[in-house]
Amino acid sequence: MTALLEARNVTKVFGGGLLTKTRTVALENFSLAIGNSPPSFTAVVGESGSGKTTLARILLGLTAPTSGEVLYQGKDVRHMSRAEHRTYLREVQVVFQDPYEVYNPFYNVDHVLETPIAKFGLAHSHKERRALIEEALQAVGLRPEETLGRFPHQLSGGQRQRIMVARALLLRPRIIIADEPVSMVDASLRATILKSLSNLNQQFGISFIYITHDLTTAYQVSENIIVLYRGAVAEAGDVEQVVQDPQHPYTQLLVGSIPLPDPHHPWAEAKAPAGIGTPTAESCKFTDRCPYAMPMCVEQQPALFRTDPRRVSACYLYRDAPAIKPEELTNIFAGTPTGTLQDHVAADG
Amino acid sequence: MTAEMRPLTSTQQTDALRVEELRVYYHTPRGAVRAVDGVTFDLKPHERLGFVGESGSGKTTIAMALIRLIKPPGKIEGGRVLLEETDVLALSDEQMRQLRLADIAMVAQGAMNSLNPVRRVRDQIADALIDHGTRISRREMETRIAELLRRVGLKTEVANMFPHELSGGMKQRVVIAIAISLRPRVIIADEPTSALDVVVQRQIMETLREVQDDLGASVILIGHDMGLMAQFVTRLGVMYAGKLVELGSVTNLFDEPLHPYAQLLIGSLPSLEHKGAFEGIPGVPPSLLDRPSGCPFRTRCPHAFDRCASEEPLLREVHPGHWVSCHLY
Amino acid sequence: MAEMPIDIAATPSAPIEERITFRDRTPMEAIVAYCRRNPNVVIGLSMIVTLLLISAVGPLFVDTTQADPLSALPAQSPSRHYLLGTDDQGRNLLAVMIAGLPDTLRIGFLAGAIGLGVGIILGFVSGYLGGVVDAVIRIAVDTLLTLPGILILITVAASIRTFISVNIMALVIASLAWRQPTRIIRAQVLTMRERAYVQVARRSGMNTPEIMVREMLPNLFPFLAASFVGAVFGAILFSIGLEALGLGPQNQPTLGMTIYWGIRFNALLRGMWWWWLPPIIMLVVLFFGLLLLTIGLDEIANPRLRRTA
Repeated sequence: MTALLEARNVTKVFGGGLLTKTRTVALENFSLAIGNSPPSFTAVVGESGSGKTTLARILLGLTAPTSGEVLYQGKDVRHMSRAEHRTYLREVQVVFQDPYEVYNPFYNVDHVLETPIAKFGLAHSHKERRALIEEALQAVGLRPEETLGRFPHQLSGGQRQRIMVARALLLRPRIIIADEPVSMVDASLRATILKSLSNLNQQFGISFIYITHDLTTAYQVSENIIVLYRGAVAEAGDVEQVVQDPQHPYTQLLVGSIPLPDPHHPWAEAKAPAGIGTPTAESCKFTDRCPYAMPMCVEQQPALFRTDPRRVSACYLYRDAPAIKPEELTNIFAGTPTGTLQDHVAADG
Repeated sequence: MTAEMRPLTSTQQTDALRVEELRVYYHTPRGAVRAVDGVTFDLKPHERLGFVGESGSGKTTIAMALIRLIKPPGKIEGGRVLLEETDVLALSDEQMRQLRLADIAMVAQGAMNSLNPVRRVRDQIADALIDHGTRISRREMETRIAELLRRVGLKTEVANMFPHELSGGMKQRVVIAIAISLRPRVIIADEPTSALDVVVQRQIMETLREVQDDLGASVILIGHDMGLMAQFVTRLGVMYAGKLVELGSVTNLFDEPLHPYAQLLIGSLPSLEHKGAFEGIPGVPPSLLDRPSGCPFRTRCPHAFDRCASEEPLLREVHPGHWVSCHLY
Repeated sequence: MAEMPIDIAATPSAPIEERITFRDRTPMEAIVAYCRRNPNVVIGLSMIVTLLLISAVGPLFVDTTQADPLSALPAQSPSRHYLLGTDDQGRNLLAVMIAGLPDTLRIGFLAGAIGLGVGIILGFVSGYLGGVVDAVIRIAVDTLLTLPGILILITVAASIRTFISVNIMALVIASLAWRQPTRIIRAQVLTMRERAYVQVARRSGMNTPEIMVREMLPNLFPFLAASFVGAVFGAILFSIGLEALGLGPQNQPTLGMTIYWGIRFNALLRGMWWWWLPPIIMLVVLFFGLLLLTIGLDEIANPRLRRTA
């Protein structure tokens, strides 16, 4: 897999300057590479404060990292030529969380579909443009005659969000970053939207980064998963393994807290924290809540231990497994060519 | 429905709440929006009853109606709400004000965001108590507040803090503390955990259950998360387009849903056990202004037949304790 | 289901009252409803339009050359020939009203338009670009706002006394009229810049000027209208103030200058009500109309002031 979009040792810190007292580390030394041959579907799961939204904004170039870089096709997004930047803008698309805020209330919904076509010169006649739009709408399960010409407030949240997905598709991107695309949509419509994302992934070969707090939907649509806790990777890997057999105590807590829609399967007994002491900035971030915390957890943040070819856990419980560097995180995901780690690093250098 | 009270043989048999044919309409220049259209149910003592439905199904409106917080253009058009023996809809505004919090309390959606940001937690709890006529000494008040905070799993230090110093989960616990401060018999919780993460959500729901046990109260939980309902309530009602379409014990409802909407709803839930094709429910909910005749679900129902278009089904007890409104039964 | 007269599903979990919207009215119904909700706008607009009509149609009925001195016998009280009488210099005052009104209006609209135009440019640049540019513009505006406008204008007008014409007056006043619009527009742009639809537009390939004009500007129309009316109001007020002090165009019969001459020649003491009263009435109607319009537009720009339907 050739990396298209890459985050290298990205750290983002908020505050801590002259004016704000509290210094929050939103993301710490995070690295990830996404390509689209073959196309992948990666979920980034975490609660508020985990850094997942910050990650999305950094990957999209909306926020600059405090340290580290974001590269697209090998070039730093902050130092791109105009043409390169346009390519980046087009090939990495986004679906935002709020299906209302993304529409300019002055225009009808056609506006968000016609603008990219016009700006990127995707169609050369009115007929071509119409055809492109209709194709995109149908690909996400909408009927053009029921949606075009309407204003955003005349459509449901689910429809609005699907139009946004259609818009992203129009540009034939290589990667789509979906930031909580269904959390503000009615439960019964979520499945349809997620299915259309899955469709785009398989039919159109688009890689997805699906950001969410909902582990269940992440499980259903993704193949890879990264669990973030307070800005650091807690666990990552193949989604089946991570969800069915969570290794990191935080993931275990997360999976165990999900209310199963089965009255015969109540919440499992929650384990109490070990109460080992107060964590410092260097400790593992989960120390104060972890039932298995040990003194070494307070001393230093654990590395990513590769407990399986397709997964890592940042927890000293697995310190016998080989550790990998943050930059090597991508290697565990599906689609990475087999080969030694040195090969991969050499190819990049 | 007759207006006479049902004879009560013993206090054990008194329902905590009886609601009969409740109707709440919103009067708009284009007509009446039937947000709640003839809902009947009872709430037993010590019970946890849930109402689940999509947005527009009327579940929040029911909650607001039970404590009479419906504002114009909404209006409670008809029906009866009996809190033990008190006819809630017949009370004066002042009497209702006394009833709220003391007998029936509500944890509203987003309540944690409506805590007064410039007053300490202690003062906000004290306000609620004083407002309802509690006349106790300062020291007793401190003890009461500490006790309330302990009950919801918060440390006594929290009393001195301001809302912005607390996390979302802690704020929600403060709201619950205020709700139980006068030991109400009925607690209504409307999406109490919607903005909270899964881990905190579980803690809050467990707190709510402990608090309920402590008080011997009944709880009505309103939400759209079937998983949460399955884990928390003992009886569940399914709302659709302002009507109660199914009501039964939570085990019966999940094991054997009768109404096609409930069946589709449960069938569409994504599982954590295996990746599979998970489907939504095709179609859109009907407009509450211009409701189609007959059963409101018939446009999306896979089993609809002629009678569904002409005649509205009534809520009937098909199995003991299991009620459905559907022509299939 | 093609028809959705009521948008129920717009925001999940929002209380039903917030989700009820009515947008499928015919344009006529919408206008009528709007007028009923905003009587201020309607009344104010009617007053202004009436005055505009007078200034446009008036010259067809009245010979405006009679607004010049020595057109008739001086100091005549109203009669059949001279409906508003004449002043001490032999001007037919009815002609003066008809001739003077357009000048006053022109000053107002010209200064208002220039003020708004500059305000839009500076407000957008300042709000969107931020950083040093924003700091410079913001400090400049805030400082200039603290200076009393009338003082500056009197100083300027007194220095160029003989060169003043209606257009030059408009320019002089416009030099101050851009301050408030800049502030208002800058504040709005700051808010809109962070909106999701702007980010989507950027991702769709729009560049900054396009975003400003096509995405932000249309949403500013209520604010622009309110700012414009405010600027016009202020401009006319300043111009009348200057003229009444005698600092206006000496040879043109504007409303303000008529008042000045009236004061100068003691029209009040001499009971020549036809001299000082008509311009005042006209100005009162003008100001009142603009005021009502401002109040009405303010309601639109600031939804919290809106009365519930």
